[in-house]
Amino acid sequence: MALRGDWVYENNGGTCVAIAGSDYCVVAADTRLSVGYSIYTRDYSKICKLCDSSPLFLLPSPLTASTIYQHQHNKQMSCPAMARLLSNTLYYKRFFPYYTFNILGGLDNEGKGCVYSYDAVGSYERVGYSCQGTGGALIMPVLDNQLKSPSPLLLPARDAVTPLSESEAVDLVKDVFASATERDIYTGDKLEIIVVNASGIRQEFLDLRKD
Amino acid sequence: MFRNQYDTDVTTWSPAGRLFQVEYAMEAVKQGSAAIGLRSATHIVLATVNKATSELSSHQKKIFKVDDHIGVAIAGLTADGRVLSRYLRNECINHSFVYESPLPISRLVVQLADKAQVCTQRSWKRPYGVGLLVAGLDETGAHLYYNCPSGNYFEYQAFAIGSRSQAAKTYLERRFDNFDKYSREELIKDGIFAIKETLQGEKLTSAICTVAIVGVGEPFHIINQQAIEQVIQSLDIVEDAQVEAAAAESASEEPSAAQEPAAAAPMDLQ
Amino acid sequence: MEWGAVSSEGKEVSTILESGSQRTLSPYVTGTSVLGLKYKDGVIMAADMGGSYGSTLRYKSVERIKPIGKHTLLGASGEISDFQEILRYLDELIIYDHMWDDGNSLGPKEVHNYLNRVMYNRRNKFNPLWNSLVVGGVKNGQKYLGMVGMIGTHYEDNHVATGFGNHLARPIMRAEWREDLTFEEAVKILEKCLLVLLYRDRSAINKFQISKITEEGVTISEPYALKTFWGFSAFQNPTKGAEGSW
Repeated sequence: MALRGDWVYENNGGTCVAIAGSDYCVVAADTRLSVGYSIYTRDYSKICKLCDSSPLFLLPSPLTASTIYQHQHNKQMSCPAMARLLSNTLYYKRFFPYYTFNILGGLDNEGKGCVYSYDAVGSYERVGYSCQGTGGALIMPVLDNQLKSPSPLLLPARDAVTPLSESEAVDLVKDVFASATERDIYTGDKLEIIVVNASGIRQEFLDLRKD
Repeated sequence: MFRNQYDTDVTTWSPAGRLFQVEYAMEAVKQGSAAIGLRSATHIVLATVNKATSELSSHQKKIFKVDDHIGVAIAGLTADGRVLSRYLRNECINHSFVYESPLPISRLVVQLADKAQVCTQRSWKRPYGVGLLVAGLDETGAHLYYNCPSGNYFEYQAFAIGSRSQAAKTYLERRFDNFDKYSREELIKDGIFAIKETLQGEKLTSAICTVAIVGVGEPFHIINQQAIEQVIQSLDIVEDAQVEAAAAESASEEPSAAQEPAAAAPMDLQ
Repeated sequence: MEWGAVSSEGKEVSTILESGSQRTLSPYVTGTSVLGLKYKDGVIMAADMGGSYGSTLRYKSVERIKPIGKHTLLGASGEISDFQEILRYLDELIIYDHMWDDGNSLGPKEVHNYLNRVMYNRRNKFNPLWNSLVVGGVKNGQKYLGMVGMIGTHYEDNHVATGFGNHLARPIMRAEWREDLTFEEAVKILEKCLLVLLYRDRSAINKFQISKITEEGVTISEPYALKTFWGFSAFQNPTKGAEGSW
């Protein structure tokens, strides 16, 4: 179905990173929106607040579902519940997929940071950190190296959250984006960082190279 | 109620030009426990009386959040109220999906009224047995509407529906002139007072009422029980003081002006 | 409804779909760039009046900027027939909105979001409206300027341009745009951009309309032309300095 026309998809670029800590979660994305060699706008937010505890990279359609959920259950949706909902939303369009690569970040029911990483058709996994988008391949090995996450092969399984403190994680995010911007033409302009912790949601910005 | 030959279905007129089934539906609203609403220039407060059918059961939910900017309070058949609030929520979600902006209150109310009207003109349908107080804030300001099973709707500064709502209406009628200038706290206080009027002597506690508010910078939400309890207690203290003062005054044989709640209602004529 | 091309390509696809309908799979009569920018009191927009049939300049009086309701301006590049279809949709929308007669009305933000929904829906049905649209307006003191693409890509910015304009005009606008531009300054910037486009975009023509929208309402200028200068040495002798290369 989707192969009938390449015009139905357009790669608008962009990169996002999320890191889970023991009591916080950092989600960050650049704000450049481009197509081919030209830039549409330098100020396009790709992070969307789904409920009080989980911002998300791209794709706002589960928002409606979560609003209904809030009405029906009289409470906010938890991050793991939201993660499954997003997976179902993506898989529902398995044969005409949403061409988006999402990361869901937030706090779980125990207040621990959680990051869910997806592919375009909804397969997902809970991880300690993740990155996706056009600059993803440049950033991932740096995160692997710096976050010292325990191997997923270890038995018994160990927690994937990073030992880094909140401010260390934010600094790391700033560094990896500054680096990705050097080499990826689709990443740049501005970095939007969202930090979720027990005291709420905090937003900050950092200017990136505009070339 | 006395049956007559013109009330067997909704679409049959009586020779006097009445639709009895529709009137019976409106009767259902009067039987339900009371719901009141009142509005300042910036806020709207909804309040309801919670009546449990048995001491062993919980009470029915009578206030529903429709969207961040709209909420409803119902009296009558709560089952019908639930269905209608789901409809209202849907309309709001669809509107924000298509236009990325909140649905104006006046439009939602017309859509709701049209839905109710259809039931008064179809032989195979039954009118909704519920009255809704729709409170909302939009570009044009704060609004309070009453939607009736007949398909009629009215905009109000303050209104009360349900059993013994006349007492609350009387109270509100006496005070509504100042409502526009009210702060949210004053509005909540008068909302609770109006609820108290409908109880006719029964003691008001936070367990038997629900109060909700929406206003500028404040999305629709139900105010938590402790906060209501505090307001009620502060009212009780004021009232006790008033009663004592009144007692003292009547002892000195002066005309009582202080005991406001007990004063005769000037508009209690209809 | 069907503004589709009766091309062999189109027929092929519709047999795959097993439906009799045709759809736009390549545009026929097209308009080129639309430019828009915010200024002190509102938004201004500019476009030329050409309608190209492939590389032929088929039409020379196409109005590509239209008012939508009281608070919105819409400019379009791409398939002209699809744009006219969109105008019919919006006419219906605005009339329906007016019929409530309750003092509420759709602003530029609502129209922008509505168009985004329409465009994205049509791309999901593999039956796109072949346009890039610029939506601008003012409501309740709030200026608004955005763009929607053929497949529903949308964004807001202080200045926007479609097609060639994104390559040639945006850099000029980025360099010269300020929050407090006067109307005259804004027109000057747009005319500078239009001139560059006229020189470098082969489907641009020297017949423009500039329109503005403020709290007071919409004004769309009569068609007018810009003074051109073709005496640049590179224009007069384009092969100078590149002799023998081809």
